[in-house]
Amino acid sequence: MIAKIVIAAAAMLAATACANAEDRPLKIGWLMSYTGPGAAAGAASDTAIEVFFKKFGRTIAGRKTEIIKRDTTGPAPDVARRLAQELIVGEKVDFLAGMDFTPNTMAVAPLSTSAKVPLLIVNSATSGILAKHPYAVRFGFTTTEMAQQLAGYASKQGFKSVYTFVQEFEPGLDAEAMFLREYKAAGGTIAGSVRAPLKATDFSAYIQRIKDANPDAVFVFMTASELPPIFLRQFKEAGLDPAKIIGIGDITDEASLPSAGDAALGVVTAFHYTQTHDSAANKEFIDAFKSLAPERPVSFVPVVSYDVLRAIYQVVEAQKGELTPDRTMELLKQIKFESPRGPIAIDPATRDIVQTIWFRKVEKRDGQIVNVEFASTPDVKDPGSAR
Amino acid sequence: MSDVTLDLARMMVARRARWTTIEIIFWVAAAASYFLFPTKLVLLTQILIGGLFAMSLDLLLGYGGIPSFGHAAFFGLGAYAAGLLAAHGWGEPVSGVFAGGAAAGSLGFAFSAVIARVRGAAVLMVTLCIGLLLFEAASRMPWLTGGDTGLQGIEMWPLLGLFEFDLFGRTGFWYAYATAFLLYLAARRYVHSPEGLALKGMRENHDRVPMLGVSTVRRKMIAFTISATIAGMAGALLAQTTQIVALETLSFERSVAALVMLIVGGIGTLIGGFLGAATFIWLRDVLSALHPVYWMFWLGLALIALVLMARGGLVGALSRLTARLARVRTMR
Amino acid sequence: MLGLVNILIGGIAYGFVLFLMAGGLSITLGLMGFANMAHAALAMVGGYTAALLIGKAGWPFLAALAMAGVTAALVGAVLERTLFRRLYQASELEQVLLTIGVVYVAIAAATYLVGPEQMAITVPAWLDGNLRLGPIDLNRYRLFLIGSGVALLLSLVHLIEHTTFGAKIRAAVFNRRMTASCGIDVDKLYALAFALGSALAGLGGALSIKLLGLDPNFPIKFLTELLIVVSVGGLGSLRGTFLAAMLFGIIDVVGKYLLPEIGAFIIYATALALLTVRPQGLVGRLR
Repeated sequence: MIAKIVIAAAAMLAATACANAEDRPLKIGWLMSYTGPGAAAGAASDTAIEVFFKKFGRTIAGRKTEIIKRDTTGPAPDVARRLAQELIVGEKVDFLAGMDFTPNTMAVAPLSTSAKVPLLIVNSATSGILAKHPYAVRFGFTTTEMAQQLAGYASKQGFKSVYTFVQEFEPGLDAEAMFLREYKAAGGTIAGSVRAPLKATDFSAYIQRIKDANPDAVFVFMTASELPPIFLRQFKEAGLDPAKIIGIGDITDEASLPSAGDAALGVVTAFHYTQTHDSAANKEFIDAFKSLAPERPVSFVPVVSYDVLRAIYQVVEAQKGELTPDRTMELLKQIKFESPRGPIAIDPATRDIVQTIWFRKVEKRDGQIVNVEFASTPDVKDPGSAR
Repeated sequence: MSDVTLDLARMMVARRARWTTIEIIFWVAAAASYFLFPTKLVLLTQILIGGLFAMSLDLLLGYGGIPSFGHAAFFGLGAYAAGLLAAHGWGEPVSGVFAGGAAAGSLGFAFSAVIARVRGAAVLMVTLCIGLLLFEAASRMPWLTGGDTGLQGIEMWPLLGLFEFDLFGRTGFWYAYATAFLLYLAARRYVHSPEGLALKGMRENHDRVPMLGVSTVRRKMIAFTISATIAGMAGALLAQTTQIVALETLSFERSVAALVMLIVGGIGTLIGGFLGAATFIWLRDVLSALHPVYWMFWLGLALIALVLMARGGLVGALSRLTARLARVRTMR
Repeated sequence: MLGLVNILIGGIAYGFVLFLMAGGLSITLGLMGFANMAHAALAMVGGYTAALLIGKAGWPFLAALAMAGVTAALVGAVLERTLFRRLYQASELEQVLLTIGVVYVAIAAATYLVGPEQMAITVPAWLDGNLRLGPIDLNRYRLFLIGSGVALLLSLVHLIEHTTFGAKIRAAVFNRRMTASCGIDVDKLYALAFALGSALAGLGGALSIKLLGLDPNFPIKFLTELLIVVSVGGLGSLRGTFLAAMLFGIIDVVGKYLLPEIGAFIIYATALALLTVRPQGLVGRLR
């Protein structure tokens, strides 16, 4: 629909990109929230970029890497779209990367498609983003795959009834629908469902509804932010047992876990990254990260940011610095390496991540509240939306 | 009224209606910026839209004396109206802008009866509540508005059947420029009409105007409806040029931003809203590109400095400057 | 039924949090008539002071609370002396613009000084956990909040309505020049009143961290709620602010419990209706 001119212009851009690759830096437009509700994740991704440069250097295939950071200011799709447009048209970036909130990604993806600029998504967990946008790749996770895993876990644990609580936005609705479908299919009963708006900061009313229903377990999805600790504390204050909570790992994200404190003890979550994950790659990453920012918690956002940059270097290297969007996409579909979170690959059919999903329980270790892995499902693919 | 006073009044109207240097410079510079900053067209478009929105607030505040903390309600409603139209198969832009204006204008009219009867600080709070109410309504109706994800799937037809909305934002820029300019002309006519002058008189002396036989409630209702309509048209422009509508268009932050832009530019001047938008949005863009993390610090300092040093906003400061220059010239 | 009792308690506790946060605003915005958008920024100053003193310096909880009030009062007083006092005679809108500038600076400064991460606060053991009253769970910290709120309300009402300090402030707000000609140092009086409002903000910020969380975005997040509470209550009336906070808290929590689909819609609709019917606020006279 968007003009043929655009395609022609994009082709021209690509042509000039090939012509003078040597003297032109490798430009990566990095869209993250550095202010507003996502600021902590933005800051953590910045440290990950430094960690990456320290290990892999600032040049690749003869091109100097230049990361152009822009602040999307939180869930603000019109801002994200404008910044992406300026990065494509003004800065002529080779890659768009970053992306935290789903609405921002949905606004940016059509630009990546019409300008043929590969878009590497760090963290937007809605299932349906990639299908319509052939130049988008996801390195994070989807709430559907996590919900599917947790539904399996719930029925295996023999929970008779589960209550679901999600935040009312695309990833939350995806999670709820998938959990309901899979858990009911496995013979479980849904004790009830309630959704809170993203802006809600007091959860006592929702928690009372959960308490009234008296379920065996509560399925929870809230996006990683300052809110999950508040939910967890209020849950415990209402006299409910945190061990009843099974949720997507956002709610016990390492960045906010200390603020939840004891109220998180016993919570079971499924997620792609755990700070205490026992592997050489993770230890190396955490050591490098802590040497740069000792106070900053290591969570999934910096790890995925690091993986995204690694993938970019791999495809630039493979093309010897002479990038064409279609070759880049072909190579991105073959990405496979050991990440600090575990082995990852990109599914060539869907351009979505294939990874191990870990089941973790919140425990106290040496006085620290941490997630501890106790089981896993390898090579999980996004099952697609259940809605 | 005697003939002499009537003539005097006409003369005053004519003088006030004359174009000032600042106005001319702004509209010429805005057009020139298209050629000067070809990679910044989307930002320039958003400046024009922000300016239009701030100008609509100026009609309310600067001329009607009605402050608002919730004007984004009308901006956002216009955006959703135009966005929904385009997402459901009617992507014609010009009629979309009218639809946005009509939707916001109707709501403005409905609320104007309430607003016109409340005075003082309570107006700020009533408008704040209207804004929050609409935000909440939109967020509770995801089946219609897309909720927190934003309204997706907006497909625009070519402008006037000729110009496609392109990736560089060329069509979007001229479209916004033309719309903003036409609405600016219309607003100018309105404030310089007897109706607009009565409005301004009402602001300056709330209790005396009714004695002259002018109904304050009716005048305020008209002003509020017009202001809401223009805000809605600005919102519609944003929806059409970015092809997404977020809840943020209805937010308190956007209402406050418009207010900030207007105060920065200068209240009661019409062009002030545009100057304020240009300054505020441009400054925010430059600072946030320089310091993605700490740009708010510098923006905040700039606002503080502006309040302390340039009372009456940029228009005030600029006219003082031109007046001084003129004085220097005559002294020579 | 039992659920509803629990919910009511939850609503009352939430109302008290709002009152603790809005009490100071009721003085600076309500009584002094200064359009103070930076109120929640001062609350954030108090919040960070308390959280850091407890977490990093190992201060006891109550001492840290007191220090939170003192720090916020100092910051508020400095801002008042250097910036705000210049605008007492200016329009409300210029006051809005100036204080929004301060909010922006505060957000960036907090990100720079403390970092964008969520701040945790540890409360002492005697405030942690629940008290069981038969079938009802009462959270100790919420009871503490309710107690603090009541104490605050009583002492503020006493201060404003039954002391010469309060009488002077009310006089100065009513007619600044007349008060000054009576030999009262209005300038100093305003500075003191502003510092008091800021101290309350700091205290409220520190007390509410456990329920509302704390990060650099705090100054914007709760601003609208506080503005509504103060104006629905009636500008210049502490009792009004208290009533409005209770109403807001209870309606919000009960509404979300009974009709989660409608959510916060109820509370804004109520506020709009109340403001339309009584623009002067629940407790307040038309000026």
